[in-house]
Amino acid sequence: MNMPLTELEESQLAQTALRVREHIVRMATGGGCFIGASLSCADLLVYLYSRHLGISPDRLSDPDRDYLFLSKGHDVPALYGTFAELGYIGRERLANHLSPDDHIYWHPNRNIPGVEFHSGSLGHLLSVAIGVALDIKLRGGTNKVYVILGDGELNEGTIWEGLLVANAYRLDNLVGIIDRNEFQANIRTEELIPLEPLEAKFEAFGWRTDRIDGHSFTEMHNAFGRLPFEKGRPSMIIADTVRGRGCPSIEWRADRWFVKLNDADAEILMNELHGHTTGALTSETLMVR
Amino acid sequence: MEFPIADSRLKKSEQSVATRSFATLREDFSDLQYIIAHPGIVLQSQIQNKMSYEECLLELARTDERIVVMTAENRAAIRNLPDKLGGRFIDTGITEATMIGAAAGLALRGRIPVTHALATFITLRAFEFIRTDVGIANLPVKMVGGVPGILSEANGPTHQAIEDISLMRGIPNVNIFAPADADELVAGLPAVVADRAPYYIRYNASASVMNHTAFEIGRAEVVGTGTDVALITYGFMVGEALKARAALEANGISVRLLNLRTVKPVDVEAILAAAEETEMLVTIEDHFLTGGLYSIVAELFLRHRVMARVLPIAFRDRWFTPAMLDDVLRREGLTGEQIAATIMNELAVAQPTAGIHAQAFSE
Repeated sequence: MNMPLTELEESQLAQTALRVREHIVRMATGGGCFIGASLSCADLLVYLYSRHLGISPDRLSDPDRDYLFLSKGHDVPALYGTFAELGYIGRERLANHLSPDDHIYWHPNRNIPGVEFHSGSLGHLLSVAIGVALDIKLRGGTNKVYVILGDGELNEGTIWEGLLVANAYRLDNLVGIIDRNEFQANIRTEELIPLEPLEAKFEAFGWRTDRIDGHSFTEMHNAFGRLPFEKGRPSMIIADTVRGRGCPSIEWRADRWFVKLNDADAEILMNELHGHTTGALTSETLMVR
Repeated sequence: MEFPIADSRLKKSEQSVATRSFATLREDFSDLQYIIAHPGIVLQSQIQNKMSYEECLLELARTDERIVVMTAENRAAIRNLPDKLGGRFIDTGITEATMIGAAAGLALRGRIPVTHALATFITLRAFEFIRTDVGIANLPVKMVGGVPGILSEANGPTHQAIEDISLMRGIPNVNIFAPADADELVAGLPAVVADRAPYYIRYNASASVMNHTAFEIGRAEVVGTGTDVALITYGFMVGEALKARAALEANGISVRLLNLRTVKPVDVEAILAAAEETEMLVTIEDHFLTGGLYSIVAELFLRHRVMARVLPIAFRDRWFTPAMLDDVLRREGLTGEQIAATIMNELAVAQPTAGIHAQAFSE
């Protein structure tokens, strides 16, 4: 069990998350980015890298580090924003978003310090994480492997293969995290391919689960502090989140998946991050891919 | 035959010379550990002909703890390894894609995963995982495909891996090893496993078809110096091509045979030499005409501005008749004798004056 977060610690996390969201909004200008899914998992990434994972910029190749795999790779602006705030990359480097002279494009890749593996094609990194977790077990290591999955990504068959295999090999060093923002790319998950009840599905596959508010650092702290939920079993944390979290004008919106913001819209969203409503977005600058 | 030697072990026995005869070398090779530690120095089939694929893989794994053996519940070739390798034998069940993804994860941790499944399933079901997780990251995962090509016998089209070369060679970084028989499979395995690149291994443990020359990645085994016809082939069809060569030579046609061994990297030099020095090339493969050896040769000739007469023997836009191996060969015209007859017929056709004239077999 973790010691409870102090108010100061919680406020520091919130401050970091706010700066990460500012980075995300900035990255949504120009050529744009997958803003909705990035904002939904920003708090999770900030908590994990700030408070929980046994990893830091000075031990990126330490075999005993914790591993985090971002399987839903399109939310990478949240990861890069977190990396910029925590010293993995310089903040100024984010200005290279989509530049052909850097590697900060729409999906993660290992040219960026801290990225464990590239992704973008859904349903891949649970299996890669299983390979890493198997090797850690083989070598008697105690480090853990985390994989962040999208809820829409759960449509992919290889996720369910991976759930079976991780259970078979009793990988209690493996932790899945579902960014449960309730949206596929273009539509609510429950309207297209219903996923609930999620806990029952994972439990039936031999995993042990917890369900938390994915924007509550206190709930994250309690859940991640109890890992593994059961010795000999993989753990799954279903984090209920809000697509577009922090910017009310794009929250819970099916049509705000991938956006290209003009400067005026970026300013509106930036103000919303700070609690100020200053106008409506010009919708023609937003698009769905 | 002489081999270049330069290593401390031989120096110990005051043999720091540059070359030694194969006969003496063979004695030194009695210790497989030595061979594995020197993948650049390759094996003669006689050395290992008592060793099965499974035994060879076990010895490699015993010597190198990075090696893990994986399977998507296809244990035909590795039945005895679970007990011997313990945790380094990983069976993911019938999950080809997840096996390859997990292999990529293991490789990220420094392992060399040697993965097994039927050739169709590993190359097709797991294709995107091979391309995206193994290929993009260029990880040293070895993908062993069982019963490739006509070796699937009576299974039917679901099991006919006859687009595997086409698919695997299209992935940047992924190489292809297609041994002619069990001897070559075992002779090439140490070097292929030790190579830093990912490999697709077109598994073929068929009975020995010849005494092979030393294995080398990217170097074809050339049989004969014939100048009338060059047979270019790989894998199981090498055996039938050898029979075809014998039949053609008996008819006064001089034939050289190229056993490619690694289809990628391919031996460009040997193929270009064959084009220059013979009247007609014949590509022989148990694979679709599209994307395999015939395509490789065609691309090569375009790139090097070579005009040559090429007769392709392959499956043209269709699957083959499911049956036991000998019956498949006969039905599809792929026995050595039938191949020789096809070539004789082709040679009887006057060569067109306008250069390249490629005709698909069975038309």
